[in-house]
Amino acid sequence: MSTLLETRNLSKRFGGVLALKDVSLTILQGEIYGLIGPNGAGKTTFFNVLTGLYPKDGGEVFFDDQPLRLTHPHEVALAGIARTFQNIRLFGQMTAMENVMVGRHARTQAGIMGAILRHRLQRAEEAAIRARAQELLEFVGIAAQANRLAHHLSYGDQRRLEIARALATDPKLLALDEPAAGMNESETRALADLIQQLRAGGVTVLLIEHDVKLVMGLCDRVAVLDYGGKIAEGAPTEVRHNPAVIEAYLGTA
Amino acid sequence: MKIRGVLLIATALIVAPFVVEATMGNAWVRLLDFALLYVMLALGLNIVVGFAGLLDLGYIAFYAVGAYFYALLASPHFGIHWPIWAILPLGALTAGVFGVLLGAPTLRLRGDYLAIVTLGFGEIIRIFINNLNAPFNLTNGPKGIANIDPGVVTGLPIPSTILYYYLFVVLVLLIVFIGLRLQNSRIGRAWVAIREDEMAAKACGIHTRNVKLAAFAMGASFGGVAGGLFASFQTFVSPESFGLMESVMVLCMVVLGGMGHIPGVILGAVMLTVLPEIFRQSAGPMQQAIFGTVVLDPEALRMLLFGVALIVVMRYRPAGLWPEQRHRREFVAP
Ligand SMILES: Nc1ncnc2c1ncn2[C@@H]1O[C@H](COP(=O)(O)OP(=O)(O)OP(=O)(O)O)[C@@H](O)[C@H]1O
Ligand SMILES: [Mg+2]
Repeated sequence: MSTLLETRNLSKRFGGVLALKDVSLTILQGEIYGLIGPNGAGKTTFFNVLTGLYPKDGGEVFFDDQPLRLTHPHEVALAGIARTFQNIRLFGQMTAMENVMVGRHARTQAGIMGAILRHRLQRAEEAAIRARAQELLEFVGIAAQANRLAHHLSYGDQRRLEIARALATDPKLLALDEPAAGMNESETRALADLIQQLRAGGVTVLLIEHDVKLVMGLCDRVAVLDYGGKIAEGAPTEVRHNPAVIEAYLGTA
Repeated sequence: MKIRGVLLIATALIVAPFVVEATMGNAWVRLLDFALLYVMLALGLNIVVGFAGLLDLGYIAFYAVGAYFYALLASPHFGIHWPIWAILPLGALTAGVFGVLLGAPTLRLRGDYLAIVTLGFGEIIRIFINNLNAPFNLTNGPKGIANIDPGVVTGLPIPSTILYYYLFVVLVLLIVFIGLRLQNSRIGRAWVAIREDEMAAKACGIHTRNVKLAAFAMGASFGGVAGGLFASFQTFVSPESFGLMESVMVLCMVVLGGMGHIPGVILGAVMLTVLPEIFRQSAGPMQQAIFGTVVLDPEALRMLLFGVALIVVMRYRPAGLWPEQRHRREFVAP
């Protein structure tokens, strides 16, 4: 299998806190890769740096065999990395449908003139945006909520809407930050199915998750962060028995 | 049903100035004209503040740019006399360029900080206009530019205020049309997305810098058109017309009417132009009738009541008088 994403010595510092310490990891095409670690380990920071939302302090990233510039978040999305947020960030005053339609932004063209004149090509594009959004809402199972405002959706539906919006950018790599947080057991199971389907459809998944069962059941490989550094990487069963990991989770005096 | 509604509105728009002129006099037609200019301004600002969520307190600068652009190209000041149909589109373009120039340095700012900086820019433009009479006399300074060519044919049996009314209505309709189309488009959605959550918008692949600049440019160009019309209507421009209070007024129209909602913004602009005037004219006689004398200067009273009205509306209808009824849409299929 070929490499999709490779980070080399990625670092990030917040004042005195080294939130990421030379994190190097490699994600293969088509795998489900877990990123775990105790609270404050730097998992979300890894996402934020990877998607260009926070400037990195060191290291480099290769995506699809190309060096990836992290200075412009929209370029990262364009390159094919989409994400969800730990603390859901939807466009609250837009409908679920519109949220997903915004996700198509990067893959469509219409500018101001197109919007005003609305000629044939533009209308076709707009229809395609809507059709794709509808498809994605159905895929994540919230088509019935299409015309409701995002901030009126239930928590679980908001998580799914975020996934649909991220998928709308046609990502090669989908980065999910604790997608099961706040979900009940049946919702979590449905989410696991969804992630499996995504992978079957050719999307590589990077998953931050605290639900150990979910991570162990889904991921091909996991990396463990602690205090911003990678302390283990490998198959879930291996990592689980790694003494350093056990120590990180249980904590030592 | 829908066609009948359109016909009704069209008829009302067509006969309105004649009815107003016959019943209330030409001064009120003039006021109607001003209301239409403010509608254009409010719709332009609505793109920046209502859609993209960028609080702009210097918006009137683009009105000034449009007005002076017209004044310089159609007055004895330089002896240039271009026709209005040539100046307006260029004026819109020029104001749009100013929108980008003044917007670019503010891209990283939000909320209060953005408001303060745009306020400063607005004042800078006004002060420049005020002082650009030396070493080269571009704007004629505080004296302003007079004898500007009118934008409509004069000397007809129909009063020019009514002709301006029709000209303004046509441009308002054009601006409304453009506004509606933008709202339901890829760019319009990107504006709202930035307003709702800029970080998430970036992660969705939106080039927030360009999309914000597009909002500044579009909003400014509407202001530029309104400014050009203003100059042709008044046949006189001076820096005084473009102070901070004007920016605040237009913002009030947008907020009071219903930010981001085109019909609401139109309502806000018309109300805030017409109501104070009605009030101003009736406050004097009313006091005369009640107290036998004018106790409070109508002008001061007007501002007082304006403030009170604003507070009341914001307290009881924080989303504006006519906000977008998005919630209704939640229960109907697209
Ligand atoms: N914007 C920020 N400013 C300052 N410090 C930050 C910021 N974001 C994260 N940090 C710090 O960086 C460290 C890593 O935080 P991060 O959110 O990445 O952890 P995490 O692994 O996602 O934790 P959790 O499991 O609780 O979500 C923490 O010490 C946190 O306080
Ligand atoms: Mg986190």
